[in-house]
Amino acid sequence: MTKPPHDSVSSAAFSGEPGRIARFVSGKILMAKSPKQYLTLVFSNPFNWLLAVVLAIGIPLLIQRYATGLGSVTHGSQDYPWGLLLGFGLFGMVPLSASGFLLSTAVEIFGRHDLKPIERLALLNGLLGYFFAVVYLLVDLGMPWRLTYPMFVSFGPAAVLFLVAWHVATYLSVQIGEMIPAFAEWIGWDRGKKFIKRITLGLTIAGIILSTLHQGALGALFCYAPGKIHPLWISPEFQWIHFFCSSIYAGLCMVIVVSTLVAFFLRLRCDENFKNSLDRITITLSRGAAYAMVTYLVIKLVALAHDQEWGYLLTGWGGYYVSEMVIGVILPLVLLTYGSRHHLIPMLRIGSLLAVLGILWNRLNTVILCYNWKLHQEIPHFKEVWLVLTILAIYIITYRFILYRLPVLFTWKESDRSNNPAR
Amino acid sequence: MKSIRFSRRRLVTISLAGVMTGLLAPLQRNARGSDFPGYTESKGVLVDLTRCVGCRTCEAACNLENQLPAPERPFNDMSIFNEQSDHLRRPDDKAFTVVNRYDSGSSVSPVYRKIQCNHCQEPACLTSCFVNAYTITAEGAVLYNHQVCVGCRTCMIACPFSVPAFCYSSAFSPQIMKCNFCYPTRLVQGRPPACVEACPRDALTFGERAELLRIARQRIKRNKGRYINYIYGENEAGGTSWLYIAGVPFNEVGFDEDIPKQPIINYVKDFLAIVPMVLTIWPGLFAGIHLLVKRRATAIDNDPKLAESDHDKTAA
Repeated sequence: MTKPPHDSVSSAAFSGEPGRIARFVSGKILMAKSPKQYLTLVFSNPFNWLLAVVLAIGIPLLIQRYATGLGSVTHGSQDYPWGLLLGFGLFGMVPLSASGFLLSTAVEIFGRHDLKPIERLALLNGLLGYFFAVVYLLVDLGMPWRLTYPMFVSFGPAAVLFLVAWHVATYLSVQIGEMIPAFAEWIGWDRGKKFIKRITLGLTIAGIILSTLHQGALGALFCYAPGKIHPLWISPEFQWIHFFCSSIYAGLCMVIVVSTLVAFFLRLRCDENFKNSLDRITITLSRGAAYAMVTYLVIKLVALAHDQEWGYLLTGWGGYYVSEMVIGVILPLVLLTYGSRHHLIPMLRIGSLLAVLGILWNRLNTVILCYNWKLHQEIPHFKEVWLVLTILAIYIITYRFILYRLPVLFTWKESDRSNNPAR
Repeated sequence: MKSIRFSRRRLVTISLAGVMTGLLAPLQRNARGSDFPGYTESKGVLVDLTRCVGCRTCEAACNLENQLPAPERPFNDMSIFNEQSDHLRRPDDKAFTVVNRYDSGSSVSPVYRKIQCNHCQEPACLTSCFVNAYTITAEGAVLYNHQVCVGCRTCMIACPFSVPAFCYSSAFSPQIMKCNFCYPTRLVQGRPPACVEACPRDALTFGERAELLRIARQRIKRNKGRYINYIYGENEAGGTSWLYIAGVPFNEVGFDEDIPKQPIINYVKDFLAIVPMVLTIWPGLFAGIHLLVKRRATAIDNDPKLAESDHDKTAA
């Protein structure tokens, strides 16, 4: 049900080192199925047809973007330099990927070993979210081949984006490190696993530092435009803490959403331990998210009071702001609080989904809708929307590919190493 | 042998002298960025909106000087002013400067305004750039270096005047385009920029910024009623090299009056200040919490009664 493998790879492997690579491809990549069986399986799932349609239109658009420039696939606006690609891909994906550092902190630092069954899913969600945020960035950057310039060629260390670039790069490496144990179990690399185990505490603390700073820095980027963004969406003193605090519940709610999807659509890959503890973990995570939401709402109020912005609340923009707060934060807060008190798992899941959408809404408001609020509004080009969907489709395919193979939703047993990991 | 010893001693002396000079340098000249009052010889241009007639000669001169692509419609085509209903023209990747017409409520005749990079004294584009693609010269020109630019467009977000423009149409060398004060071709030799030299109405005055502020104040004082008593750019975004005086309120002719009167970087400093705090405090804080948690777990292992009493507490 995942992306079909490259034929040339498997044939080259067959002719090369006798047996070993071929065994790896058929056993690990194809999950002990013949290429033909595998393809039949892939196309028996209607969701894959949907993904295929998105990619069939999206990949040519991607080629068009690199061959003829950003202007040919986006609205290429001089007034709105950051569009949907960054608004969704970078500013939206990064808070939803705070899950990795949150769960590793809870388990490794605070000793909440009851959350262990979901730790790897949260780590993977973080790693993939960051990786694909960089992919979105590579689509949107004018000269993506210069991505490493701030690291090696020319330095502007006093700029907020310099911090974001370095921290996202470093944090990606940290997250790869944190995922090595799962990968090591899959390919049978014991030394790699042992090494990471020894440095887990260091990796986790590095994760907290880097996350605090770059989640905040994404907010602080907008402090460069204090006059351009509607005052209700920008308060220079608190912007970084707004972004950081909201990323906490965003990451926790994203784990609840993903674990829900997994529990429904990838049930075969979840072991008993994961399935049995999911309800309990969902309640724990919801409580954590609710605390973060209350904190967020309070700091939002502090910012309103500090900047004396009460008057704006009575305008049209104020109504829009209040609706974002009510639908995106207060309603999920009520659902999570009530649901976790009365153990209503579906309510917690709906509340989490709402919170995730609320975060995306808030980030899109800050980047696009409430930016240049005194100027005209611009509607993103449909090709840009489609590009966003295309990268999202590749993200989903990669996510699923890994969940099917690596021991994320199940605990690895040595007897599993031969072939099919889960029963 | 002797010569080697001599040279060694010399080397030590020279390095010591170097270190001492380095240590003394800050005492001689205040090198702290926040206290730097700006270059005294900084140049600027005073734009007098009461003199501008919208002839677009400056646009043509700029186009020629900077070898920009030929415009879609010639520069002597004044009908371009009539087609600005939804949004006005702005400097973009094909024009470093544009002139717009405004029908101001306070004036019978239309008012024309030239727009270009204002060359801030503490430019937001420069401070926001993570690859240091922007520099400011002693003459006050803010220059962009396309060789290190990554194309992130943060400068476009940061510029309070929305001046930098991006070549969205280029796939392989998209870059930021903006007025460079004619620095490489003229300013470096002390000559005024092309637009100033071309203006037939003397609406643009080139000179030292401090002197231009004096001239502006004099004009406002001597011609009572002709001008609004305000110099736009004196304090906007921490002060700009290009200054404007006008006969109508500035917000009626497209100027943003809400632009902060302090450098944009001041709004980012709060965040920049917490960076070293987080970097130094977080490791100790979280390692400490981890040790506390671990110690408690060991204590429970040694005395299981602890865990039971703890469990009772949470259950109650």
